[in-house]
Amino acid sequence: MNEAMALVIALPLLGGLIAVAWPQRSRCIGNLTLLLNAASAAWLLALVMQHGAANQLLGGWQPGLAIALHADALSSSFLLLTALVGLAISVYATRYFHSRQAATRFWPLWLLLVAALNGLFLSADLFNLYVTLELLGLSAVALTALGGKRESIKAALRYLMVGLLGSMGYLGGVAILYTAFGTLDMQLVGARISVSPASELALVLMTAGLLLKTALFPLHFWLPAAHSNAPAPVSAALSALVVKAGFYLVLRLWTEVFPEALSPQGAMLIGVLGCAAILWGSWRALQAERLKLLAAYSTVAQLGYLFVGLALLVSVDEGATRDILFGAVVLMAMTHGFAKSSLFLAIGVVQQHAGHDRIDQLDGTAQRLPATTFAIALAGVALIGLPPSGAFLGKWHLLSTSMEMGHWLLVLVMGIGSLLAAAYVFRVLGHAFGNVAFASRSVNAATEEWPALALGLIATLILGLGSAWLWQFLEVVA
Amino acid sequence: MLETSTLYGLLGIILAALGLQAAILQRDAIRRILAINVLGVGVFLVFIATAYQGADTPPDAVPHALVLTGIVVAVAATALALGLQRRLEILDEDTDDE
Repeated sequence: MNEAMALVIALPLLGGLIAVAWPQRSRCIGNLTLLLNAASAAWLLALVMQHGAANQLLGGWQPGLAIALHADALSSSFLLLTALVGLAISVYATRYFHSRQAATRFWPLWLLLVAALNGLFLSADLFNLYVTLELLGLSAVALTALGGKRESIKAALRYLMVGLLGSMGYLGGVAILYTAFGTLDMQLVGARISVSPASELALVLMTAGLLLKTALFPLHFWLPAAHSNAPAPVSAALSALVVKAGFYLVLRLWTEVFPEALSPQGAMLIGVLGCAAILWGSWRALQAERLKLLAAYSTVAQLGYLFVGLALLVSVDEGATRDILFGAVVLMAMTHGFAKSSLFLAIGVVQQHAGHDRIDQLDGTAQRLPATTFAIALAGVALIGLPPSGAFLGKWHLLSTSMEMGHWLLVLVMGIGSLLAAAYVFRVLGHAFGNVAFASRSVNAATEEWPALALGLIATLILGLGSAWLWQFLEVVA
Repeated sequence: MLETSTLYGLLGIILAALGLQAAILQRDAIRRILAINVLGVGVFLVFIATAYQGADTPPDAVPHALVLTGIVVAVAATALALGLQRRLEILDEDTDDE
């Protein structure tokens, strides 16, 4: 287990360094690293399944001083999501960057981003989490600016400043927790925590900082510009993985560190903001003129569902309902990861073939790029939450819990959100199927089109039909 | 009588508040970058002040180590922000020339 944990962090970091030292071979190195990373993430998942959660203290230092790693069902699920989405993004990126310069800049930063994500999902120490958050933020900002155009650099600069503000909030909270409870270990803080002004202030500071990074409405203002102006593989990584890291951390903090200090009003506030995010994000996605902006606003809305799920989760008592909700939230986060990366990669293919991504000029895309249009449709199924996608099951459990608890407004909001999602997905598909004759070939450029298609298939079919194992896994191991 | 560590802690909180206010309200990018640095210094100062354990006991080393890491991160982030801002200005100069 220890080797697998170390490998998952060390591999992408090492690959990134080699890619810097050997820029001519950076594509091969990048793809090979992500392939090995997927294998080691799967290995770690299998080990966690077999032996349960595990802790590791790096360098043989005593607890409290050592950097602690922790692998459990939640972290290994997110590691697998990162590994599979990352692999597909890498295959796609091999052909995406035409200039050698852009390619040699992309790979080291991308591998650093994967290393930061893996480190974040495995860290069990509040300060180490801050370091991985900053690594993630810096590499994500640099990748956003990769396009080199004025808008992308402007969006990257704003993204950086927002990210730094968020990290400072988080770090302030960590300082308070360390002063009050004398440790940085998440499990120890969780065991020692009591309701006090210190723990409440830390909760507020850390949550606010992370919500800024996770772009929960109304703190989402930076997201559409950053996600829609980055190169396609980067947009996919930002929307599918990077915002999930912030959500993962809020989920962990709220369920494992702060459950004692949480108040019903706090959960209520997050739920209300989640509802606002669903409505506002879906509405803006419907009005977007460009495909990438549509996808970015759809992320704002989908994050809303995750936070509504979190608010429901913490207001339910320990027991079967809570376990089911926990699985539903994780399943929705994973489905969105696969679906949104599929959508962004497919949009990248459309953009490179058509030279633009204006929705009202997409006529005939279905005929020119059948496989890519199919990928957009598959991702759309998962975004709307239609069966058999993973999002359908997740939403189903959110809806049934809301009904049982009598939160009828939530049911209404999720219903409207799904209708709006259907409207923005079908608006794209409607334009894509313009009145043009079909081409004879359905797959035009395999390496560019397959990654999006594979991710869409995972989001709609595999995560939906095969999701029973996730609940078992989360319940048995957690 | 105010203890020295409390004084430093309060100073840190004031600096953080000033930095946060400026980071939100300022429009100019350089001022914002500076404001975020002031905010960071405030948070670091609070953290350092918590290491004080009385006149006879040596201070807790953990906050010092953490703040040192934090400073490294802040330097890197500031460099990236200034680099991006410089890039923006170069792009603006080029458009003005055309």
